[in-house]
Amino acid sequence: MTESLFYFLASLTLLCALMVVISRNPVHSVLFLIITFFTISGHYILLNAQFLAAVNIIVYAGAIMVLFLFVIMFLNMNKDSESRVKTSTLSKFAGTIAGGLLFVIMVAAVKDTTIAGYNADTFTSQTGMVETLGAVLFTQYLLPFELASVLFLVAMVGAVMLGKKEAGEQHF
Amino acid sequence: MLAFVLTLVLLLGIVIVLAYAERKVAAFMQDRLGPTEAGPYGSLQSVLDVLKLLQKEDIVPAAADKKLFKLAPILIFAAVFAGFAVIPFAPALVPAGIGIGVFYLLAIISLDVVGLLMAGWGSNNKYAMLGAMRSVAQIVSYEIPAGLAILSAVMVCQSLDFQEISYQQGALINQFPGLEYDMNWLFGIRELGINTTTIGGILTWNIFRAPMLLVSFVLYFIASLAESNRAPFDIPEAESELVAGFHVEYSGFRFAVLFLAEYSMMVLVSLVAVVLFLGSWNTPLPNIGPVSLAYWTSGTVGELSGILWGAFWLLSKTFVLLFLQLQIRWTYPRLRVDQLMHLCWKVLTPVALGVVLLAGIWRLLMV
Repeated sequence: MTESLFYFLASLTLLCALMVVISRNPVHSVLFLIITFFTISGHYILLNAQFLAAVNIIVYAGAIMVLFLFVIMFLNMNKDSESRVKTSTLSKFAGTIAGGLLFVIMVAAVKDTTIAGYNADTFTSQTGMVETLGAVLFTQYLLPFELASVLFLVAMVGAVMLGKKEAGEQHF
Repeated sequence: MLAFVLTLVLLLGIVIVLAYAERKVAAFMQDRLGPTEAGPYGSLQSVLDVLKLLQKEDIVPAAADKKLFKLAPILIFAAVFAGFAVIPFAPALVPAGIGIGVFYLLAIISLDVVGLLMAGWGSNNKYAMLGAMRSVAQIVSYEIPAGLAILSAVMVCQSLDFQEISYQQGALINQFPGLEYDMNWLFGIRELGINTTTIGGILTWNIFRAPMLLVSFVLYFIASLAESNRAPFDIPEAESELVAGFHVEYSGFRFAVLFLAEYSMMVLVSLVAVVLFLGSWNTPLPNIGPVSLAYWTSGTVGELSGILWGAFWLLSKTFVLLFLQLQIRWTYPRLRVDQLMHLCWKVLTPVALGVVLLAGIWRLLMV
């Protein structure tokens, strides 16, 4: 059951990821990317990492992709520009070579790897649960975690500063 | 599967009652009569409205992005409806009791936004596009104070499981596996020495257990009004400027689905507010000495009496909140876009951050 579900999800992920690249309409591309994130969340759930699955949806599908959609919709692409996308021969060559090189690197990296098994006696199914994750984050990785939160705080303070009331501005 | 059908039927029932209540409350507040023709006191009005919508032609604009246009209402409703999966309706009755329920709810509701953008963009209509833009900007912004308000409740309860949060807020706290030895204190302060574990009732609701959650309840309620696009935050569908916002091109069944999704969202946010802050399915009546009102009005966990009492209290509290939503809609004028963002980012979010800090301190006092 889990295995067939995995193959179904994996093929769906690959198909949607392909469609992101293939589809001509950029809005459709973004929507396919959202589905891709969803199927990846499905993989997380299969691995019993519920928290990661939910975070993946909130952050990527819910926030970042919506921002993407916003930007693409504001770009005002009409039917004409969609059908006549001009790409120079040089950039086609460059794209093919760059993509091919990336593929070679991936093959080289994956070629010699072996699948690490797991010990059924010591394996805990609770690894991906929020309690375990929190315990690890707040003990072993406390410093990186707090540093990241400071980074977010700085970003927020910056946003608030940008949105400060200017002289003469009235809200109500 | 049974839970799916039951929740859907229950939801349809509530939405029909709500649509009727909306008309009647609006009429009452404006000194009119409201619907009077269909059935006694016009009570069949919303049923007939639905029937009428189902008979209408399903129009898809010629220049629309047809796939997105057709898919959007389904996605919007599915996103809202999926949220109901984790809401506990009674002790021992929850469609899907997953451990990260609160988080799942936040995640799945954020999908709503994608559906709105699909509808607005797919319609190929300026009004629809503007409406969708406004709607998404509003929902994404108001998710932050709402999320922080929820976070403060979660910090006090130390759980992301809606059912565990529910059990903590009543006299049945010790019947939840894992909470056998937990205790409730008056206002959550152990030093006061007044044990309310067996008293239950309103004294153990989250807004009493940790009084600053009353603030976060108000914050959440305001933010939830914005998330369900209700007045005074209804700029996405402002009739007087945008005709109807993102659903201007929809007709017939698809419009009915959008309408249903909007009302379901109202019900969902009210249910979440009740579960997190107002004691969930717990009775408001406390045990007073030998008069154990809380036990009498809670029934037995797992049996029919428990389910009926739980559902009764949960739905009554939800209806009170829904009535409040209606009343606010017909009382306050619509906010301007800049006022809306000002309220969210400069008023609600800082207050919510303060409440989160207080909730952390309070939790330390509780144990």
